[in-house]
Amino acid sequence: MGVDDAVAKYCFSGMTVMLPGFVNVGVSETLIDAVLRTDITDLNVISNNTSIKGRGIGKLVHEDRIKHITCSHIGNNEETCAKVVAGEINITFVPQGSLCEKVRAGGAGIGGILTPTGVHTPMQDGKQLLEWDDEKGEYKFVKADEPQRGKRFILELPLHADVVFVHAWKADTFGNVVYRRTSRNFNEAFATAADHVIVEAEHIVEVGELDPDEIMTPGFIVDAVVQGRVLTEA
Amino acid sequence: MSELTGKELIAWRTARFFQDGNIVNLGIGMPTKCLDYLPEGVDIWIDTENGAVGLTGAPKPGEDFDPNVVDAGGRPSLLRVGSACFDSFRSFGFIRGGHVDITVLGAYEVDKDGSLANWMIPGKAAAGMGGAMDLVTGSRITIVMSTHTDKTGSPKLVEHTEYPLTGYKCVDYFISELAVIHFTEAGPVLEEISRNTTVEEVLSKTGTKLILPEKIGILEDAK
Repeated sequence: MGVDDAVAKYCFSGMTVMLPGFVNVGVSETLIDAVLRTDITDLNVISNNTSIKGRGIGKLVHEDRIKHITCSHIGNNEETCAKVVAGEINITFVPQGSLCEKVRAGGAGIGGILTPTGVHTPMQDGKQLLEWDDEKGEYKFVKADEPQRGKRFILELPLHADVVFVHAWKADTFGNVVYRRTSRNFNEAFATAADHVIVEAEHIVEVGELDPDEIMTPGFIVDAVVQGRVLTEA
Repeated sequence: MSELTGKELIAWRTARFFQDGNIVNLGIGMPTKCLDYLPEGVDIWIDTENGAVGLTGAPKPGEDFDPNVVDAGGRPSLLRVGSACFDSFRSFGFIRGGHVDITVLGAYEVDKDGSLANWMIPGKAAAGMGGAMDLVTGSRITIVMSTHTDKTGSPKLVEHTEYPLTGYKCVDYFISELAVIHFTEAGPVLEEISRNTTVEEVLSKTGTKLILPEKIGILEDAK
């Protein structure tokens, strides 16, 4: 399928879209460019960060296509910071490890996860807290201002999206994917948690060329594979 | 004995906590200076939360590199022989699961219990916490390396933090150009001072009470 056809078929204004990647690597820049050729806007983005200015997710920021973003860090992109301060983009910060687990839960049919990360920080605001009672051998819900008696956790809820743009190093035409080095990052978890999965691959090979044991994301969850450009600079 | 001063001395002393074979996560900026002062015979493995253990640093000009390998700041890096790459959820599983030995990072403030604030100043635009909250929660040892006071001369080590927390009771050691402070159940202990200072000076530049043990070591004499 062509990249513009894939965007036309699965993407729409107001969609929740997962955009895995870490700064500039593992980002589906070809698919993002295709979105920018359409009028699709008001995106609800779930990503770790927003690339740098002028690259990848940074282009969606620059063209004001993003309404809300859930991420852990925007420090690499001064334009995102400015638009957040100006109120042009709404932001929800989630610790990076919690972000992965929320998405993993969303893709794995799990109702939520308990993490110690963020307890007694602003990350617990508005969330349910559980504390382990060693004597009773059970969890109980606690309020943030209660004295802590046992190991405490935040109940983080799952995340799910309409569409995910997955960046593969190699994919076969069925959608089986191999990631490369640290470009793998969020792609593997995010690929599991959307209604429609579009894979942008640097290299597309025939079915059978990938060994079943090296496949990191199986093709049966993938809706479309499109040709992406080869990453030449980080 | 170290002849270094300032941030170099802080990095040198911090690196004295590393043991051969440790998995170490170094925050962006000053913490990476520790690599310049590894103790002799100590070989560590650098964890990067974006999904690898075994980073060695930026390629030299003209050196071949793979653009798919970046550090936690998104900059190109090289991998050593024996390194491994993995997805982000396993990376943070390793971090929260206690498989990272040491995390080194900076601070706006640390309170008397070792609670850390380093991600957000109220009223200013926040860049986000990235992986810091997970790292300080899950690492076996969390070290804050920092100047003893901020640019205005205010103590970094305080009774109660003014800024929102990154982690609660998570810092094990605070290392500055003046002192090494160990956070224990009893409170913060002044374990070492620089030979260029006095206990009185350290206390005057610290915003909370410190426990003074019978013997206080000299920071520059650390092995």
